Formats: sequence, C-alpha cells, structure tokens
Amino acid sequence: MSEILIEAVHLKKFFPTSRGTLHAVDDVSFSIEKGKTMGVVGESGCGKSTLGRTLLQLYEPTEGEILFRGKQVNHLSRGELKQVRPKMQMIFQDPYSSLNGRMTVQQLIAEPLLVNKVCKSKKEIQERVEHIMDTVGLAKRLAMAYPHELDGGRRQRIGVARALILRPEFVVCDEPVSALDVSIQAQILNLLMDLQDKMGLTYLFITHDLSVVKHISDEIMVMYLGKCVERAPSEEIFEHPVHPYTKALLAAIPIPSIESLHKKRHLLQGEVTSPVDPKPGCRFSGRCPYATDLCRQGEIPLREVSPGHFAACCRIEETDR
Amino acid sequence: MSKSRKHAQLAEFWRRFRKNKTAVLGLVILIIILSMALFADLIVPYSKCIDQVGADRLQGSSMAHFFGTDELGRDLFARVVHGSRYSLLIGLATSLMALVIGAVLGASAGYFGGWVDNVISRIVDVFMCVPPILLSLAVVAALGTNLRNLIIAITVSCVPGNVRLIRSVVLTAAEQDYVEAAKSYGASNARIIFRYVLPNAMGPIIVNTTMSISDMMLSAAGLSFIGMGIQPPSPEWGALLSNAQIYLFSAPHMLLFPGLCILFSSLAFNLVGDGLTDALDPKLKD
Repeated sequence: MSEILIEAVHLKKFFPTSRGTLHAVDDVSFSIEKGKTMGVVGESGCGKSTLGRTLLQLYEPTEGEILFRGKQVNHLSRGELKQVRPKMQMIFQDPYSSLNGRMTVQQLIAEPLLVNKVCKSKKEIQERVEHIMDTVGLAKRLAMAYPHELDGGRRQRIGVARALILRPEFVVCDEPVSALDVSIQAQILNLLMDLQDKMGLTYLFITHDLSVVKHISDEIMVMYLGKCVERAPSEEIFEHPVHPYTKALLAAIPIPSIESLHKKRHLLQGEVTSPVDPKPGCRFSGRCPYATDLCRQGEIPLREVSPGHFAACCRIEETDR
Repeated sequence: MSKSRKHAQLAEFWRRFRKNKTAVLGLVILIIILSMALFADLIVPYSKCIDQVGADRLQGSSMAHFFGTDELGRDLFARVVHGSRYSLLIGLATSLMALVIGAVLGASAGYFGGWVDNVISRIVDVFMCVPPILLSLAVVAALGTNLRNLIIAITVSCVPGNVRLIRSVVLTAAEQDYVEAAKSYGASNARIIFRYVLPNAMGPIIVNTTMSISDMMLSAAGLSFIGMGIQPPSPEWGALLSNAQIYLFSAPHMLLFPGLCILFSSLAFNLVGDGLTDALDPKLKD
C-alpha cells in the first residue's frame, strides 16, 4: 500500500439557512493514495461539490479533519494556508464562468504564479506558462487570445493549465467535462489521465456521469444527501454494487442494445428529500424499495462487506441476492 | 518587455476606440471644450467677463458680442468661455471622486456581504432619504462657500447612488466561478476585487459616471441659484442658465448658449464613455 496523500476524517459541512441547517456533507471519511483517483458520484445537490470545495479550504468544515500528507490542514492560519494552497488545486465545471473574460490566456494561466509569487522574473513566468500550455495541448499562438474566442475544450484546457501551473499534488476535478460536448469530453479525460501519469497527480473526480467515472477512477464513492452510501474499488462497484441506491444508479445507465429495449428497468420512485435538517436513519429510506423501520431508526454506519468495499445499508444480507 | 506589451495594449485599445465613429466625434467635441477651458485666457481676457457696460444690456448676437450680452451688459461669450473652467472642473472632479468613493464602498458591500454590506447599505439608505440638493446645501452651509467645499458637497450628494449601483453590479460579478477559482489559488480579496470583479462590472459604472458629469454641473447650478455655489461675478454654466430664466422671453440667447455648452459637453462625455466601455470589453473585439 502506497502513501496516503489526502484523508478526510468524519468531515462535516453544514450551512445555516432560513429553514434550518443544510447538511451538505455529513460525516464523510475517506483517503486517497498518492497517484490514484477517487471518483465521487451522486445526484445534483448531494454535496459532491461541497465536499471538493471543503477539502480545498474554500469552505471551512463544520466538523472533522482534513489531513494532507498526514498533516492537518483545516484551521490553518493565513500564512500556513498559503503554503498548502499551491499543493491542492481545482478544475472547475464550467469553463465559461470560471475564466475571467477580461484576461488573456497567458494572463489567466500566469495568475496563480503571480499571486503566489513563485517566480523571480518575468522570463521565468513566461517560460512556465509556455511549458504548461504545451503540456495541456494549447497552441502558443493562443497566448494573447481571450477565452471567449475559444471553444469549450480549449477553455477547459486553460482551466487545467491554471490548476497545474503551481505543480500541485492533489487536484479536485469538479465535473470538469460535464459542460463539454461528448467528443471533447473524451479529449479532456484522456488529457487528465495523461497528466496524472506524467505529473503523479492525485485526483478527486466529482461527476454525475457514471460512464466518465468508470473510465478514470481507481475507487468510487457514491454519495446521497451528504452521506457516503457506498465506497469500493471501481470495478467492484460496477460488478457488485450492494447499496440499493448504487444499484438504482447503475440500473439507470442506458444500455445501447436492442434487447435492452424490452427489458424492464428498476427506476427509483419519488424525489430526493431535502438536505435541510434530515430525519435520523438512512437518508435513502424514503425511496428505498427495501426500507424497513430498522432503517429509519438510527444512523447506519459504513460496513466493510468485502475487502475495501464499504456500504451503509443494514439490509445488505437480505437484498444482496 | 512589459513596457512594449503595455504599449501594444494601448495601441490595440486606441485602434478599437477609433473604429467607433460616434465615440471619436464625442472625443473631438470633448477636446474642443477642454481646450476652451484650458486656453480661456488666450481666447478672451477674463476682464471681459466682469466688465459691465450699461449701454449694451441684453443684446443679441453681434460681431462685438458673439453670444450677446446679459442683463448687466457683460459679454456672454467671455462668460461662457471662462465658465467652462468652473463647470468642467466641478463636473469632472465630483464625478471622479464619487466614482472612487462609490467603488470602494460599493465593491466592499457587494463583495464581502454580511455585516459590511449591512453597515454600508444602511448608511447609504439614510443618505438616500435626504434630497441631494439639501444634502449639498447642508455640507456647504457647514463648510462655507468656496470651490473646494462646493465640490465636496456635490460629491457627497452623488456618492449614495453610486454605492448602490456599484454594489449591485459587483454582486453579480462576484458570484462567478472565476472568483472562487481565484480564491482557490490564494488571490487576496483586494486583488480579486480590482482584477476580477470590478473589471467585469465596469460597463454600467462607466456609463453612470459619464452620465453623472452633466448632472453634477446642473447641481452646481442649483446651488449657485440659491447663492451657495460659485459666487458672482464668477461665471459658471449652470449659474448662467439659472440667471437667464428671468429673461427667457426677452433675451432667449442668454439661455441658448450656456445651455448648448452643457448639452454638448454631456453628450461628448457620454459618447466617449460608451466608446470606452466597448473598447475595454474584449468580448466585443472586432
């Protein structure tokens, strides 16, 4: 087992709202080994993005710890945070709103260098920008272009370049391809995987697209209303899902074949319940076809069902047939 | 290297500004008005503004008096030319000061939100309740009448509106993902406000500022009218206007020329402002 790069321990992030406390991330624990990718899947509003942003200290966690290389990084002072920030970066979902339209490509990519004052001379900045543009596949002639002149794929390459120019070790990819055309999605995914090999990056890959997450992840975490309901190595979760929610998610993937047209699929009924002041018990119990009173009584912890495979369901034995 | 890049950016900016014909027209008018203010003494001596010639009262345009004369027989052309100094100074200085103060307060309120926003917005609300002319009047009354205090007074009356406007445009600009991205690589709040938020909120701010220049000139006129502005016999466009209203039917030329000056200068500022907004927005390139 190789070195663990980042670890979340009982991480919670609640937001006070006028209607009560919104449990965006509720007691999530996991760790990612160096050079690996953890995929996070779930419906919109389940706290995936909040999880990523909390890890990067964009939000202050309500409770719990974040450990980076074994060192706690939440509750750091401003100065200490400045040391850690460059090591953890983020690629954003929407390459249209995440790039400041008033800056040229060159300025956008150089910005993290300027902010963190890592380069001594303008020449060094220039060189590093050119180098990273080359690495992510942006032609040199685009340096003076503005983002609105480029297509979605190129814009997202700028986003990748900006995240990687500080040579981070850990990158949160917040749905980096969901705003792109399908043909370009593949390009960006391949780029991210190439870069991972080349630079030894560790990813937290947030998405709602299961085909994407299968392609890129080593381990997958399924979230439902702020809770981690199942976590397992990528292949295991696709071949042998145990949590009813994961099963429903996987059943919802369209299968491109004639026979599947006639197959009946098990689709979930009902809507996601509100994450504001959730009732005790399994969050999924309201929609779960197998739910019993037991499910609604208390917190249901993650259990290890097979080595490395965790699920939070108290009826695995009965339903897992 | 950076010098040449700055130069290139400036050249690019000028190229784009030049393409906008109405903006260039505005710039030409502006240059004419500004040089009139700058070289007023060369065009016509100041003494002609205050020399009262009883025989020549309320005359229309003639070769001796291009714009005619006023009720005291003073040459209106000289008064308009010299009045441009006061009017432009008041218009520009108050608008710029109100812009700077409004930008700092409005951007802080919109960007930080929470109690900062609450404190600033509530104070602004209080100021908004008082009619602007009354506010200026109170300031002049407290500080005394001279040009500097007049500028302060008019600025104070203009700031609340600016704060509100800038706060609202900053609110939308600060919600964008690029602000969060900037935070993720550690940019300071000041950098985010000045490099990310304000440039993206600039359009309405520039338009508002250029529009306010003529408003400010008229506010100065209002104060002059009640004797709290530029003191006679110093000429000032707004004061010339308010002076002329008594003679509206008998000597309309008194109203016409200063009025045209205010009209053209505010038109020029607006056209240039529009041109600036367009030329500074990379999205509108070519």
